[in-house]
Amino acid sequence: MFGERVSRREDRRLVTGTGTFTDDLGPDALAVAIVRSSLAHAHIVSIDTDAARAVDGVVAVVTHADLPGRIAGPLPLLIPHPDLTEPRTQLALARDTVHYAGEAVAMVVARDRYLAEDGAALVEVDYEPLPAVVGIDTALGPDVVHEGMADNVGAAGGETIGDVDGALAAAPNVVELDLDIERSCGSALEGRAVHARWDARDRKLRVYSSTQTPTSVRFAIANILGLPDEEVDVIAPDVGGGFGTKINHPWPEEILVPWAAMTFGGEVKYTEDRAEHFVASSHERAQRHHVRVGFDDDGHILGMDVSFVHEHGAYTPYGIICPIITTTQLPGPYKLPAYRCRFRSVYTTAVPVTPYRGASRPQAVFVMERTMDRVAAHLGLDRIEVRRRNLIQPDEMPYDLGMTFQDGRPAIYDSGDYPALLQRCRELVDWDGFPARKAAAAAEGRRLGIGFGCYVEGTGIGPYEGGHVRVETTGRVQVATGLSSQGQGHETVFAQIVADELGVPFDSVDVVTGDTRRFPYAVGTFGSRAAVMSGNAIAEAARAVRAKALRIAADALEANVDDLHVVDGVVEVRGTPARAIPLTHVAVLSNPLRYSFSEEARAATQFAATPDPDLPPVPEGTEPGLEARGWYSPVRSTFASGAHAAEVEVDVATAEVRFVRYCVVHDCGRIINPTIIEGQIHGGVAQGIAGALYERMAYDEDGNLQNASFMDFLMPYCTEVPDIEVDHIETPSPLNPLGIKGAGEAGVIPVSAVVAAAIEDAEGYTVTRMPLGPSDIHDLRVANGRSTRPGEQGAGRPDAADAPE
Amino acid sequence: MKPAPFQYHRPADVAEALELLAGLDEAKVLAGGQSLVPLMNFRLASPAHLVDISRLAELADVEVTGGGVRVGAAVTHSELIAHGAANQVCPLLGRALRFVAHEVVRNRGTVCGSLAHADPSGELTAVLALLEGEVSLASRRGERTVAAADFFVGHLQSACEEDELVTSALFPRLPARSTFVEVARRHGDYAMCGAAAAVQVAGDGTIAGARLAYISMAPFPVVVDVGEVVTGRAQSEVDAAGLYDLVTSAVDPRDDIHASAGYRRHLAGILAGRAIAEAAA
Amino acid sequence: MNAEPTGTAGTEPTSTVTLRVNGQSRSLRLPDRRLLSDALRHDLGLTGTHVGCEHGVCGCCTVLVDGRPQRSCLVFAVAADDRDITTVEGLATADGGELHPVQQAFGECHGLQCGFCTPGFLMVTAALLARVPDPDEDTISEAIAGNLCRCTGYVNIRAAVRRAADLACGPRAAGE
Repeated sequence: MFGERVSRREDRRLVTGTGTFTDDLGPDALAVAIVRSSLAHAHIVSIDTDAARAVDGVVAVVTHADLPGRIAGPLPLLIPHPDLTEPRTQLALARDTVHYAGEAVAMVVARDRYLAEDGAALVEVDYEPLPAVVGIDTALGPDVVHEGMADNVGAAGGETIGDVDGALAAAPNVVELDLDIERSCGSALEGRAVHARWDARDRKLRVYSSTQTPTSVRFAIANILGLPDEEVDVIAPDVGGGFGTKINHPWPEEILVPWAAMTFGGEVKYTEDRAEHFVASSHERAQRHHVRVGFDDDGHILGMDVSFVHEHGAYTPYGIICPIITTTQLPGPYKLPAYRCRFRSVYTTAVPVTPYRGASRPQAVFVMERTMDRVAAHLGLDRIEVRRRNLIQPDEMPYDLGMTFQDGRPAIYDSGDYPALLQRCRELVDWDGFPARKAAAAAEGRRLGIGFGCYVEGTGIGPYEGGHVRVETTGRVQVATGLSSQGQGHETVFAQIVADELGVPFDSVDVVTGDTRRFPYAVGTFGSRAAVMSGNAIAEAARAVRAKALRIAADALEANVDDLHVVDGVVEVRGTPARAIPLTHVAVLSNPLRYSFSEEARAATQFAATPDPDLPPVPEGTEPGLEARGWYSPVRSTFASGAHAAEVEVDVATAEVRFVRYCVVHDCGRIINPTIIEGQIHGGVAQGIAGALYERMAYDEDGNLQNASFMDFLMPYCTEVPDIEVDHIETPSPLNPLGIKGAGEAGVIPVSAVVAAAIEDAEGYTVTRMPLGPSDIHDLRVANGRSTRPGEQGAGRPDAADAPE
Repeated sequence: MKPAPFQYHRPADVAEALELLAGLDEAKVLAGGQSLVPLMNFRLASPAHLVDISRLAELADVEVTGGGVRVGAAVTHSELIAHGAANQVCPLLGRALRFVAHEVVRNRGTVCGSLAHADPSGELTAVLALLEGEVSLASRRGERTVAAADFFVGHLQSACEEDELVTSALFPRLPARSTFVEVARRHGDYAMCGAAAAVQVAGDGTIAGARLAYISMAPFPVVVDVGEVVTGRAQSEVDAAGLYDLVTSAVDPRDDIHASAGYRRHLAGILAGRAIAEAAA
Repeated sequence: MNAEPTGTAGTEPTSTVTLRVNGQSRSLRLPDRRLLSDALRHDLGLTGTHVGCEHGVCGCCTVLVDGRPQRSCLVFAVAADDRDITTVEGLATADGGELHPVQQAFGECHGLQCGFCTPGFLMVTAALLARVPDPDEDTISEAIAGNLCRCTGYVNIRAAVRRAADLACGPRAAGE
């Protein structure tokens, strides 16, 4: 089953509309609406809730003053780091000051969401405005976001390898670049949602949340509400997309809603609407980079000095993982003899920044790949050839970058074949044939460009994941893992793994993810890690179950363990299939009984067989039941890689960009289910195209988001996304038994770099900022002295970027 | 994003609708709701009363005569696109309607509702302006007709008064070739620039006159007569640069988050050339 | 902070609405402002129709009204009184035993990942194929162009619509 294009188990319920998304629960629950700050930065002078409380159907209106104990304190700093010298996290409800438009100020609990919004509309907050700090320039200026800080620098860090200053001083060629990427957001189609039920008699708080980490949400809720862990269950039901946004936790609502359930009677729910999602979840991508790169006349990079500012919004719940990832992933597949990357991470009065698919790798790749293109242009060399000359070679693996990765461990590439990757992509897009295509188009007055980008992505980071596999006496194989799913097909791929490892029919395996009642130890779904981590843990659990089954079966069949195998759920003696015992029976035997409750169970009772009188019924070191837990805790992460190429046409008149082709060659090690991998890549590329051409967070200077709706935040429809061609190479990871690497984020990572390169190639002027819409391209044409009158526009100019092939 | 409370009324006929509009405070007409309901869901509009006219048979007709097409207030965009006779007499209608949002929205949104909403990017506002059509309004006080040039008063403001109901719109027959062109960020989005074009062609195949009505250039449609530049030429041999210069100096768009003023102005010039060349019978 | 609900009667205008959904009629007393999307999901318990934006752009809430796709987040339930409404729950056979060709096709072609946008796509596709059994690429594009998907990049959704056309009425002409 490994490697097979198996249809998804999830699909039946999803295509029949019988899935369970968080808002599908609790039709009778009380509903929450949150009053949010309309100002980016202000002191709260007073909050008047009288009118809101008088609304028929409103049960309660809660402000910070009403919050008890730890609930009144700051939300946790999830990932502390020594470089994060000035962390700040928000309160569940703001008390004295709001630091971004959208920050939660009050909670209204009502009979339904309509009434809750009626109440919210009547909450009167008296604000004293403070200066808004919007964008990197303002953040580096005199206005300070957080009282008590001297400036807006929350963290400063970086990595250094070798002697960059010496390398640059000695380099025959040195080029500088300034590069800019704007804020965007994940924008899953299902927003955040929380549903909580408190049963006072059972002392059980059950919380459903549209989250990427139910286990961690559970610990946070238990901790902050002062409940024992055992009294809290957290379940991620069907989740309508995560894209990184939902790994951040606990959101204010994830604390407030359970508390409200405990306080106001039983069952309370909150469903974030679209307008809220833009201002109350999180954003990412804003960075500004300055690069100095030194290289020889053959295009070998001798030294690279990068300094960047990362704009992290009003709070730092997720620490500085994003700029750390940018720093450590920037070198990509290249050997950089000297590399220095320093960052400052700054506060602004904007929505907090936490990872969005790619987690700031896209910015790193944008910088590295734009730099490579510039080196090529400077020397008049082919852009792929220059890259090829700088690649880490397969025989140099494992390759130690000399940096500390986002898991706190050394960044060491485990395997990869970057030359093969580039070559395959070059062929797939017919890179060498492009000059002729470009010329032919130019003869027709059309402007084509081609771009290329490649990357390395650390995936499958720890600390661990676990899996539980149990064979029931019915023959169903129950599998559980603690991380959760947002469309990645985990129920299918993990079933594929178990089917293979255990030897049972695929359809007999049921997988549950993201339910702390079924598996309480986990980290979460992020960083393209689920298949690597839970896949391997589940495989280990399945292997342990298989081993146990063979031992029990060997006993029952009076055979040698080594002569047994499992086929289609039956333990057989190799070569003598008649001597067999189904796993269902093994499951019965695995649990010695005194009381039989069924025909099948009789076989496990005391007088049914003749036991060895010197051995206890449950042998030392074993447990009843045909089940096992497995764990996977890697010594460090594995590293996937990919190369993308895009051919675009930029309209000579309107500056609109149209994709002629988009090609991906991808390496995620061994592939469990190719269909699912390709789907992940398609989706990632679409998000990458969205980020390159359509999506930005348009803040005005007062810190108000001007495009907080789908009308103005331009998520692409099918008409904006081209066909995406995908090819694979496989360099298995030596770090885990299954040999797999991650794939969840791959599609999005190099797209901005590739599209920028293609537009630059078509247009002939440098592109240094993304996203770019047709208006931006038009304005660039004007700024670069191009005429835009009909007849004078030209079909594109030959320039140094078109290197001789 | 739930709307504020309101009372829903479904009058049995136009007369009852007019009574309601006259007698109720803060009443709005509900036809397709595709423009109004999003505003209500955002609580940017909170009328106390909605008067649903979408099922009124009196308003459901498309009347096609030699003189033009009269579209009743309850007629949806999809119904008009599918109306063969109407598109025979006035092909510009179908050509413009395919740019209005997406099919799903067109299935419920109404032609007259679009006009009454007076969105500066509403394709049909440009069509009405170019064709020099008119809007018929009724209230308990009586009936009146407002010419297109007077109907679009400002940004999201039409001449329709609080107690009035748009009952129909007349799109006169145009003895000219026509087309609608548009550039939007995504397929189906509001146009960054769009134009309805009318090109009169003489017997010898040369242009005798041409006018364009632009959306997204101002709070209401901007009509530009480009005859002086294109008259006497064949459609495919127009002086594109001259046309561009004329149009770009005739419009004065603003910046917004999707397009700079310079780019919009540029598009107006480009689309003029495209439209003139594409205009068909 | 209150601890008691202030009343259960409600003071806002309500109407009796007959919702005829998937062939079954229910009469409900609903607030006039109740959106059809919410009436379907919360008053009728048909949670297959999803809500993604409530301003008519994403298409997750698309249902069929008298056979034509419409955004249920932009329709008040009271305005849909006595109309024939079809939701995703109405596509398969009554006992859920046999999937509609559109549902089958989306599963076969991996045309869904998280499934949140899927009911909307299924409804527009079902409506398309009921009117145009053998749509070309442009017609397919036009029909699904108003629905957002964040997971799939649309590649497999297009394939699913083509496959649905095949399943619904036989293999496509050789010229494709």
